[in-house]
Amino acid sequence: MSDRHIISILVENEAGALSRIAGLFSARAYNIESLTVAPTEDASMSRMTIVTTGSEDVIEQITKQLNKLVEVVKVVDLSEAEHIERELMLIKVRAGAKEREDMKRMADIFRGRVIDVSDNTYTIELTGDGSKLDAFIQALDQGAILETVRTGASGIGRGNRILRV
Amino acid sequence: MTLTGAEIVVRCLQEEGVEYVFGYPGGAVLFIYDELFKQDKVKHVLVRHEQGAAHAADGYSRASDKVGVCLVTSGPGVTNAVTGIATAYMDSIPMVVLTGQVPTHAIGLDAFQEVDTVGITRPCVKHNILVKNVKDLAISIKKAFYLAKTGRPGPVLVDIPKDVTAASCEFEYPESVAMRSYSPVRKGHAGQIKKAAQLLLEAKRPMIYTGGGVVLSDAAPLLAEFVRLLGFPCTSTLMGLGGYPATDPLFLGMLGMHGTYQANMAMQHCDVLLAVGARFDDRVIGNPAHFAQNPRKIIHVDIDPSSISKRVKVDVPIVGHVPDVLLELIKLVQAAPQRPDPTALKAWWAQIELWRSKDCLRYDRASKIIKPQFVIEKLYEVTGGDAFVTSDVGQHQMWAAQFYKFDKPKRWINSGGLGTMGFGLPAAMGVQLANPGATVVCVTGESSIQMCLQELSTCKQYRLPIKIVNLNNKYMGMVRQWQEFFHGNRYSESYMDALPDFVKLAEGYGHRGVLVDKPADVEPALRDAFRRKDELVFMDFVTDPTENVYPMVPGGKGISEMILAEEL
Repeated sequence: MSDRHIISILVENEAGALSRIAGLFSARAYNIESLTVAPTEDASMSRMTIVTTGSEDVIEQITKQLNKLVEVVKVVDLSEAEHIERELMLIKVRAGAKEREDMKRMADIFRGRVIDVSDNTYTIELTGDGSKLDAFIQALDQGAILETVRTGASGIGRGNRILRV
Repeated sequence: MTLTGAEIVVRCLQEEGVEYVFGYPGGAVLFIYDELFKQDKVKHVLVRHEQGAAHAADGYSRASDKVGVCLVTSGPGVTNAVTGIATAYMDSIPMVVLTGQVPTHAIGLDAFQEVDTVGITRPCVKHNILVKNVKDLAISIKKAFYLAKTGRPGPVLVDIPKDVTAASCEFEYPESVAMRSYSPVRKGHAGQIKKAAQLLLEAKRPMIYTGGGVVLSDAAPLLAEFVRLLGFPCTSTLMGLGGYPATDPLFLGMLGMHGTYQANMAMQHCDVLLAVGARFDDRVIGNPAHFAQNPRKIIHVDIDPSSISKRVKVDVPIVGHVPDVLLELIKLVQAAPQRPDPTALKAWWAQIELWRSKDCLRYDRASKIIKPQFVIEKLYEVTGGDAFVTSDVGQHQMWAAQFYKFDKPKRWINSGGLGTMGFGLPAAMGVQLANPGATVVCVTGESSIQMCLQELSTCKQYRLPIKIVNLNNKYMGMVRQWQEFFHGNRYSESYMDALPDFVKLAEGYGHRGVLVDKPADVEPALRDAFRRKDELVFMDFVTDPTENVYPMVPGGKGISEMILAEEL
């Protein structure tokens, strides 16, 4: 049984912390589907979100091994309880005179926003969980897609479930 | 007081009470060496290769209650030390490694003798720190010592660029460190400990399995008290030897791939297993699926949560400092109204004695050619079982573990986790410096000893009277054994051709060398060597090249599926 888990980590905002964590995953042959990181409201700390897959035993080892790293302050498996995830995608599509209308409508349907325009392209910003972004890509004419960039998932617990020091 | 970075390094070492630094100078650490030169509190031991520095610091740690320190230069100094750092890491040995680095402005520019030290060592240290500002130097070194010896111990590396050692700042050695991201537990969970005590008291076929954690946490006296209180059988891993007295009848010998028949059988057939400071390593329990075939309740005490339920599912996990947990268990068992079922325990011991009567370590004592086991038995007798014994890796290591009965902790010094050939001699240097006047033996083989042979020179310089027991069978014995068992007797590259004359070699380094090739000469040679308190004696024993280590659990098999000597 290999399940998808979304793990949130508070880590000291120090040089090398990211490679320590990424290195742990590769050294112990854990999967990383995506990894995002940025400082928190307290600049001395970063928050990382890792999406991974593995059996219960593997996920247990992942959280224990992460906790063992000296710079890691806290680790939470968000998927253990109610949580919200979002991912941001920027997608550049062909939008010449012919396609412009359709493309705009499609972006609206998915609640995307056109954030850059040129003679023959649109750049659309879209936020949602991973499956929504996948669905948008699927819905487009594949030939119209020029470039995509996705941030990977960020996640947060619902309600009073708070991760902080 | 304003000090330079180099002065700060030396002051920090003095503040930490460091007696010896094992090292090798080079460009990036010249300022530090200059400061070492100006004082005499911290003594420097000049090794002949940086791997030796790391092993010596490691051996120093293992045989004392102090943190070993080594100091090497950037680039090749670091890469040479990596094997030693990884060795310490795998066995959770507290160690501080100070490395020189190219100046901060040159980092990343492929400077002379530059390597990404923190990058290279990251997977084999407990933690590492690159100090980019002299202001962070003192706290980084303080942290390094604190991290190395607390929680699950391990090596910590501090990488210091050359310009940082030249720069100055105000110095004050921090009294303590507080890290929000690091707070090792000590006390175990009270409820879990209660559950554990109950399970143990109800056990019909109990077994106590102990590892290096007992030795590292100085829990040996408490372990002995607890085992004797219950009258349960006890076994140790390779790393745990000495944690429980090997001459005690409750001790079943080492378990694992080359463990005793009785220890492995009891491990497989027990109904309640208490694991203390051990990690169910693949060399210990063999195939985990086979191990899981027999139902048993497992209690696991360890300081490191990630060691628990890693390879084997555990029923009662207890995360805590081993002595604290043992103390609680002793109190609970003493206070409990019930005792373990005497009838069941008697039957279990009868079964164990039956297994023990197989005498699985038996070998041909009438042999005309020296049997390696015989040398270790004689070594045990001659040293009164009270020596510090280091070893390299291979057959000789297993025979030393099987035949030298360690009654005290920190006497058996070997590379269990990484299995590093070349460890024995430099480790023995650290052991001897930590225990001046003590008897220190390095049990090795003709292949292993050649991997860090250059340290014979260090031994001469510092007058370290180590006794080297070289079990010379002209083969990489353990490789040869596997080739015999599993590769159709094709001894691919395991024969050690063109061996040096070890007697002349020892003499060349200024030591005493002795060749022993007859069983009758073994004991006299050992007695003579150990009488020479001030000399390093290299004893080259010509041993049976066909001898194998038994029992043996083949890779991938269950621990009760042993190959015994009689079956061949």
